[in-house]
Amino acid sequence: MLIEHLPELPRALQHLAERDTSPAALPRRGFLKIAGLGGFALGLGPLGAADALAQAAPAAGLKPTQQPASFVQIAPDGGVTVTLNRLEFGQGIGTGLAMVLAEELDADWSRVQVRHGNSDPAYADPLYGMHLTGGSTAMKHSYPQYRELGARARAMLVATAAARWKLEAARLRTAAGQVIAPDGRRVGYGELAEAAMAQPVPAAVTLKDPKDFRLIGRATGRLDARAKSSGQQDFGIDLKRPGQLTAVVAHPPVFGARLASLDDTAARAVRGVRAVLRVPVAAGGEGVAVVADGYWAARQGRDALKAEWAVSAVERVDSTRQLAQYRALLDQPGPRAFDADLAPLATAPHRIEAEFHFPYLAHAPMEPLNCTVQLGDTQAEIWTGTQFPGGDARAAAQVLGLKPEQIRMNVQMAGGGFGRRGVPSSDFVVQACAIARAARAAGLAAPIRTVWSREDDIKGGQYRPMHLHRARIGFDRQGRVLAWDHVLVGQSIVSGTFFEGMVKNGIDPTAMEGMREPYPFPMRLTVHHPKVNVPVLWWRSVGSTHTAFVMETLVDEIARATKQDPVAYRLALFGDQHPRHRDALKLAVERSGYGKRALPAGHAWGVAVHESFSTVVAWVVEASVKDGRAVLHQATAGVHCNLAVNPRSIEAQIQGAGVMGLSMCLPGAAITLKDGVVEQSNFGDFVVPRLTDAPEFAVHIVPSAEPPTGIGEPGLPPLAPAFANAVAQLAGRPVRALPFALG
Amino acid sequence: MTRLNINGQDRTVDVDPSTPVLWTLRDALGLTGTKFGCGAALCGACTVHVDGQATRSCVTPVAAVEGRRITTIEKVTDGSDPVGRAVREAWVRHDVAQCGYCQSGQIMSATAFLKSRPRGKPPTAAEIDAAMAGNICRCGTYARIRAAVADAARSLA
Repeated sequence: MLIEHLPELPRALQHLAERDTSPAALPRRGFLKIAGLGGFALGLGPLGAADALAQAAPAAGLKPTQQPASFVQIAPDGGVTVTLNRLEFGQGIGTGLAMVLAEELDADWSRVQVRHGNSDPAYADPLYGMHLTGGSTAMKHSYPQYRELGARARAMLVATAAARWKLEAARLRTAAGQVIAPDGRRVGYGELAEAAMAQPVPAAVTLKDPKDFRLIGRATGRLDARAKSSGQQDFGIDLKRPGQLTAVVAHPPVFGARLASLDDTAARAVRGVRAVLRVPVAAGGEGVAVVADGYWAARQGRDALKAEWAVSAVERVDSTRQLAQYRALLDQPGPRAFDADLAPLATAPHRIEAEFHFPYLAHAPMEPLNCTVQLGDTQAEIWTGTQFPGGDARAAAQVLGLKPEQIRMNVQMAGGGFGRRGVPSSDFVVQACAIARAARAAGLAAPIRTVWSREDDIKGGQYRPMHLHRARIGFDRQGRVLAWDHVLVGQSIVSGTFFEGMVKNGIDPTAMEGMREPYPFPMRLTVHHPKVNVPVLWWRSVGSTHTAFVMETLVDEIARATKQDPVAYRLALFGDQHPRHRDALKLAVERSGYGKRALPAGHAWGVAVHESFSTVVAWVVEASVKDGRAVLHQATAGVHCNLAVNPRSIEAQIQGAGVMGLSMCLPGAAITLKDGVVEQSNFGDFVVPRLTDAPEFAVHIVPSAEPPTGIGEPGLPPLAPAFANAVAQLAGRPVRALPFALG
Repeated sequence: MTRLNINGQDRTVDVDPSTPVLWTLRDALGLTGTKFGCGAALCGACTVHVDGQATRSCVTPVAAVEGRRITTIEKVTDGSDPVGRAVREAWVRHDVAQCGYCQSGQIMSATAFLKSRPRGKPPTAAEIDAAMAGNICRCGTYARIRAAVADAARSLA
């Protein structure tokens, strides 16, 4: 979500970065010690027996993100544990970064495991200096970092063996977790690790020649596959601390509303209920937390509350009215991102005028939001699946009245997220902390796990914003665009958050990312960001969820209006300027059989290609319309993500992003509001794809040796427009709204 | 006190009789492999077997299953059940899981489905789709789920 704005971001986040990476920000002894991880030798960083960090002699000038001690642990038995500086929430980054580090370490892959880091400065993004999982940045930013970490650790092990054997380090080689002497003697890393810790950490290391890669580039199964296929993987929601209680919150029916009255007599009478607490919730609202022995008692207690909120004091959004308000903005002046001359519009031989509507969307990760807080007098420990552990720790400190260094944020494996666990306001973490504080004030010293029900999640805001687009395009008989007047209306995601610095000239770049590029169209783009009482957030692939749809369906329409093949039309526009777009599209076209394979009657091809987060994905799909419902039969992707670190993981991400792209098309995939209240509540009325909706997938990767780019999001944006382009041909009219309404 | 038979063992739990099996497993018995996804029998993450039948534990009160055999993901995939083992191995082989949160429920549905079928008669694609349509995966692992169920069926044939 952020990578598009790389030049601006570091400046915008500077104040955070300074605080985040200050070496003195967190005490490395005692408090950060983690239990149950004894037995390691090399690698005693912020998660380990911290004293060893002082023993190792870090190279001068190395940042916390460059110290192998924080990232590699080698047990005496040779087992290697890699610490992750990102949230693993399905995207496969745990396996991916472990592969990268293990490659340079020459570890025995069968002995490698991975675990999460925390809010220590070591686990900040090495480029942005903040703790972040988002914007498909993890592999892009940490590929060089984890290679160097592995190479540094390897050099320390080799130096130790060299000293032991009294041989020059340069004469030794390594393979599968062993150092090997020219005469064939071998010693395992586990045996060397403790002594290796005393070696100086080398600043400069030589990385492998890619032709010698044994892991990188090889299709590799996930390290967590077995645990996740046998009910053994713990997620944040599975955490159980001694004496832990569970809280469930009654949220206001309208965002930001405060309590008018509360009768908790019946709730307190529910067996197992320990406390009923009034707590602040997101958007300035007030909620009621019921704290009980377990989820069910807390839930029953919540359902027994008699609470009323002062909803007349806050804006009550109505989606129908909101659309009319957005429409009224289309002809108002506003800030412009691009400012081409529109005069040719009046005389253009062909014109298209199109309006597009996109609803609010919920992320709905399968693991409901949850956060466990153990609050002491001078410290707090927090366990949660978060994309922003640093920002959340700071927000927690504020709510708890503690200093940031008194917070320990333990990142937990998360059951999906798609942006919902990367909240600038830290909404669910702040809420859990407010509950822990209120409970402690009420005499409950226990750790408290706050759990959201699915209804809380679907109704809880932080949606992909609703958007309205209008395009007026003039073009000639060859399909050459003469002028394009475009207006985009939607709430800003970053305004009012600590990402505010990204706003330029009144325009939130996350709203318009993906507009125009890679097409050389003369465009004027006017952007309006109305303020609406609905919390909004990035949703997997962010602005490209709507901009790719608008651009790729309109490009297709121009091609068809001028009797050109949509693939040939795009390739001509790309020319030599966009070779990655060209190669991704050509690969998908070639492998799908587009234009060669005859389709059954009533089926049509659809094509779209889009770059987001530095990766280009093209989809070629085969679709039909049956009984007024669009059906996706087959989807073939061409992917250009530079070097494919783990092709198996890339395939999974592209398939998954394809399904999430499909999710935007399905009737019922919309969050709407009436009188301020969200009308949907669960998977019955907020529709997400099921297995029966999913097509057959084929994913093909363009070979490349360039440094890898992201893969978590880019498969999503082009799927819906490719599907819509097929449907438009079958329906005989363009698709101008998501979800599809063909009836 | 409610007497339950869970994974072949008799257990007594002190919970309100209206408590769903899901929360009894997770909060009272510490069996957290069974997941909470929707609380309304819409997503399948909480699927367990009751007398061999795939059942949504989030809407099944403990009072309704007294004296019946409840089997959870922990037992189905511990290696002792040939069908559960075949499904687990197919899931690993196909690298199905992404976030993995729904996969306990997916595996429980797949296992119940394959157990309900005569051996030696591989399921059709349409039968697999119908059997697995009740389980939502927000990561979109459906293509690999299809392949893994078919593969597990083949390995059992």
